[in-house]
Amino acid sequence: MSSAASGPRRALARALPASPGVVLLLLFLAGPLGYCVYLAFTDLQLTGQAESSFVGLDNFTKAFGDEDFRHAVWLTLVFTVVSSLIGQNTLGLGLAALMRRASRPVRTLTGGIVVVAWVLPEVVAGFLLYAFFRREGTLNAVLDWLHLPGQNWLYTLPILAVSFANVWRGTAFSMLVYSAALNEIPKEVTEAAQVDGASGLRRMWHITLPMIRRSIGTNLMLNTLQTLSVFGLIWVMTRGGPGGRSQTLPLYMYEQAFQNSMIGYATAVALLLLVVGSLFSLVYMRLLRTEV
Amino acid sequence: MSGSVTRTPPVKRTLPVKRTRSAERTLSASARRRGHRLSADVALLAVAAAFVLPLAWVLFSAVDAEADLRVKFPEEPTFANFDAVLVPDVTFTPLLNSLLLCGGATLLTVSCAALAAYPLSRYRSRTGRAFLATILFATCLPITAIMVPVYALFVQVELIDTMHGTILFFAASQLPFAVWLMKNFMDGVPRELEEAAWTDGASPFQSLLRVVLPLMGPGIAVVTVYSFVMMWGNFFVPFMLLLSPDQMPASVSINDFFGNRGTVVYGQLAAFSVIYSTPVLLLYILIARRLGGGFALGGAVKG
Repeated sequence: MSSAASGPRRALARALPASPGVVLLLLFLAGPLGYCVYLAFTDLQLTGQAESSFVGLDNFTKAFGDEDFRHAVWLTLVFTVVSSLIGQNTLGLGLAALMRRASRPVRTLTGGIVVVAWVLPEVVAGFLLYAFFRREGTLNAVLDWLHLPGQNWLYTLPILAVSFANVWRGTAFSMLVYSAALNEIPKEVTEAAQVDGASGLRRMWHITLPMIRRSIGTNLMLNTLQTLSVFGLIWVMTRGGPGGRSQTLPLYMYEQAFQNSMIGYATAVALLLLVVGSLFSLVYMRLLRTEV
Repeated sequence: MSGSVTRTPPVKRTLPVKRTRSAERTLSASARRRGHRLSADVALLAVAAAFVLPLAWVLFSAVDAEADLRVKFPEEPTFANFDAVLVPDVTFTPLLNSLLLCGGATLLTVSCAALAAYPLSRYRSRTGRAFLATILFATCLPITAIMVPVYALFVQVELIDTMHGTILFFAASQLPFAVWLMKNFMDGVPRELEEAAWTDGASPFQSLLRVVLPLMGPGIAVVTVYSFVMMWGNFFVPFMLLLSPDQMPASVSINDFFGNRGTVVYGQLAAFSVIYSTPVLLLYILIARRLGGGFALGGAVKG
């Protein structure tokens, strides 16, 4: 009897230390999330409107009917596929694999440089790559030196320029994940394949990749989630321009909220982004569970 | 010798042949490995060269009074750019704001995370598992996406353009990952050490403070530095939630080098970038050496 009464009370007492954190999370994370779901169905504006009203699915039908929105979705896809799936992931795996064979000084030097690019603040990285891709910047200087034609990268191919910028900034993460994963493959396995005469690429494809597939999964998820929320880098380099040609969803959302004053509509876009993020998040948790 | 060969059964006779062949193979394999190493070195150096160009630009431009957008070694290295930016308006106030903002939020995050991690690490319960799953889910949410509603909410509750409001949001946004990391580090502290304190009549809170936390110094250092570095570099949160220029942290104020002042003095922008980035690079080195590089993943990937 007394143990039944003290059970819940004891559980509560035990959980007590968690309460400041829980309160903080409820007020400043769960609260905004709930508010986000609510706002997405209203027509709240930035200024000059005392009351907002419930508008149902209007914001969403408006979004899917809006050419700029569809364009932003497309650019977000390009940005994610080029910079995260292809760029960071493949380059990171390549670097990690090469580092196992390379000599020690080269390995340390390359690893150091790539990690510095990752640790730098987002805005600084944006400036560095802005200078790199500008018409009078370093990339054109290098191309000129190689007798190749240069161009105004931030004007002609802005989405590609920001994608490369994100590769520059984010590859270190994949490199670290894959270095750790490759280190865990038992030496005997690769050596056995080597003795059997399997070439480097075949070993990679048939032995290494299947053995690290869980790391590939987690890495892809985390890269994609990070890439979906890139704002500062693109903002500094192009402001989403020229003419919206590098305007991914976060930048579109920002413009709708603050240039066009449509908070409700921008929140609906944010909610769509959150839903996509949540789906990736759930897949990621599933991957972790099978790994543990 | 030849007689012994004829007398040995066929199976054994093949053995020495096989051995020499494998010796040949290892010989050629080591040559091949040397070739592999050379080609790997060349490939890595090519990537390193591509990655280092933007970094070289910022370093050279910072000490070049006539810096433009190209990488070039300064003709007369000078600290004039640093002298120009090392004034209260440009550097000290924003850095102090950054320190206040990120330091305050880090302190809040780390204390809340340490407290929350304790019951999660020490007691198994269904609520705890559900909470942990929620936390893990929240670590992955794109915070960028909720900034517009957070802005609207902060306007309503009059927290917009306040340092404490921004600190609270910063702390909350970093808290899920901090709890997750902290719980994993705390799992590494054996329970037996605490039981001694319990028999001496210490409360769980006392044993957390006196026994567990002192034993996980490196773990706390990682969570602290990681949270701080993430916030120090964060641009979007202060950009949205702070409005008055005198409250802006360095991550936002750096944009003033563009826009307002007409022509951009690239050398000064570079010098400021160096000053602003140095603390996080140093902090990273501090913990990366202790934890062998992939520290961010120790918690995130291994679970």
